[in-house]
Amino acid sequence: MIEVKNIHKKFGDNLVLNDVSFNFQRGKTNLIIGESGSGKTTLLKILIGLYPFDKGVISYDGRIFNEMKLKEKRLIRQEIGMLFQGGALFDYMTVEENIKFPLTMFTNQTEEEKIDRVNFCLKRVNLENQNNLLPSALSGGMVKRVAIARSISMNPRYLLCDEPNSGLDPKTAILIDDLIKEITEEYNITTIVNTHDMNSVMQIGDNIAFIHNGEIWWEGNKEELIHAENKELHDFVFASKLFKRLKRNS
Amino acid sequence: MIKGLQNIGDYFIMMNKVMSRPEKRSVFLKQFNLEIMKIILSSIGIVIIISFFIGAVVAIQQYFNLSSPLFPDYTIGLVTRDAVILEFAPTMLGLILAGKVGSSITSEIGTMRVTEQIDALEIMGINSASFLILPKILVSVIFFPILIILSISIGIIGGWLGGLSVGVPTSQFILGIQYEFIPFYVTYSLIKSIVFAFIITSVSAYYGYHASGGAINVGKASTKAVVYSSIIILIFNYILTDLILSGISF
Ligand SMILES: Nc1ncnc2c1ncn2[C@@H]1O[C@H](COP(=O)(O)OP(=O)(O)OP(=O)(O)O)[C@@H](O)[C@H]1O
Ligand SMILES: [Mg+2]
Repeated sequence: MIEVKNIHKKFGDNLVLNDVSFNFQRGKTNLIIGESGSGKTTLLKILIGLYPFDKGVISYDGRIFNEMKLKEKRLIRQEIGMLFQGGALFDYMTVEENIKFPLTMFTNQTEEEKIDRVNFCLKRVNLENQNNLLPSALSGGMVKRVAIARSISMNPRYLLCDEPNSGLDPKTAILIDDLIKEITEEYNITTIVNTHDMNSVMQIGDNIAFIHNGEIWWEGNKEELIHAENKELHDFVFASKLFKRLKRNS
Repeated sequence: MIKGLQNIGDYFIMMNKVMSRPEKRSVFLKQFNLEIMKIILSSIGIVIIISFFIGAVVAIQQYFNLSSPLFPDYTIGLVTRDAVILEFAPTMLGLILAGKVGSSITSEIGTMRVTEQIDALEIMGINSASFLILPKILVSVIFFPILIILSISIGIIGGWLGGLSVGVPTSQFILGIQYEFIPFYVTYSLIKSIVFAFIITSVSAYYGYHASGGAINVGKASTKAVVYSSIIILIFNYILTDLILSGISF
């Protein structure tokens, strides 16, 4: 479980997060939703210590992250897999080298064990035998899948995803969403997904935080979301006609 | 002014991160070898071409400047030697490498920054500054002096052929390059090259590491890196010349 309590974050005079508290639960896909600029990426980057923040507490299964020294933070980070918006694959390494990289840096596995693990992860994301391609030769969906494979290569306890299916076609987007949910349940990981894609929300929203004006405006699961009476949430969710129809029919 | 001071502060904060022990020796050695290829081997061609022609032109110009019976032909060898060792090889080449090596370092690291590859390294628990920048600095500091020796040798060969073309006999030229040769000049040149190597790599790395936004900003950062490292090289060239040559005034 990842817990955030009373997080405040300003960029200059711009108060981006105002007293944000939330529990991200183990074995569930926890969603952070909200319109563009509402502070989703900022919250994610604060969680892993890429951005400093002004006030608040972050804890990973009871371990207070924000009070740690950089060296201790790095140890926690080795338990975190992160999926960046653009994939962030190392572009001078092949698919195999990308996935192998964390294993080489942080384990004493033999070359054979590492390759086994790489192939296992590639199989998990349905990309067998693509080991020797360079990232420049991959499609957007493949980049995301390789990035997922890399982020699970170290058996993470936590998986953070920033807009995992932005820029993908609807079919591929669903594949990626399903993959994230499956992996989360299979390995009992605490997963956090940033998204403004309502399809994803309805697909994988176990535990949802809606950020508005820098605050957690609403929280609940996908069933509760459809029937929620909160005006701002309503405006956000039903900005899409499809979901208006869904609500009318339900 | 305040921005300048802040840049300098950020530079030292970054360098403090850079100067830490690599996480994994084998990975570091691999990076180190890769950088020898990227920074040093790929620069040999341009070093040879430029040194050769500058050496030749210096010799020919001196021949016409000094073509009076008062100056024996061997002065051409002597003047070419000193010009190449003292100023051309370390400083001119420093500026040229600031353009070639510096801009490629900035664009490489800058691209990794804006595509979140650096964040990805940090998230894995890796000290990205040290991982990316330390091998570059070490390779340059160790191998630039070798490029300088190469440059001096080729420059003198160029001077010899340039001299021949206007009628300076080989024996006179060789007499000239041996005449009152001060070996310390070579040391002086090498000291400069080490300092310049450090300036080029660290300043360019700084501009790449702190790039933000998209590809256009990476391009702008490269330009800045070349401009500032050139200016800093010229300032240090002045300081070092003053310090070292006045220290040995004999
Ligand atoms: N490094 C930064 N410096 C200054 N302001 C920033 C920085 N990063 C984000 N902001 C500001 O913080 C606010 C929230 O940005 P953030 O990227 O977290 O939004 P988001 O919810 O992820 O949006 P999107 O859905 O478009 O990705 C914005 O107003 C943005 O301008
Ligand atoms: Mg975002």
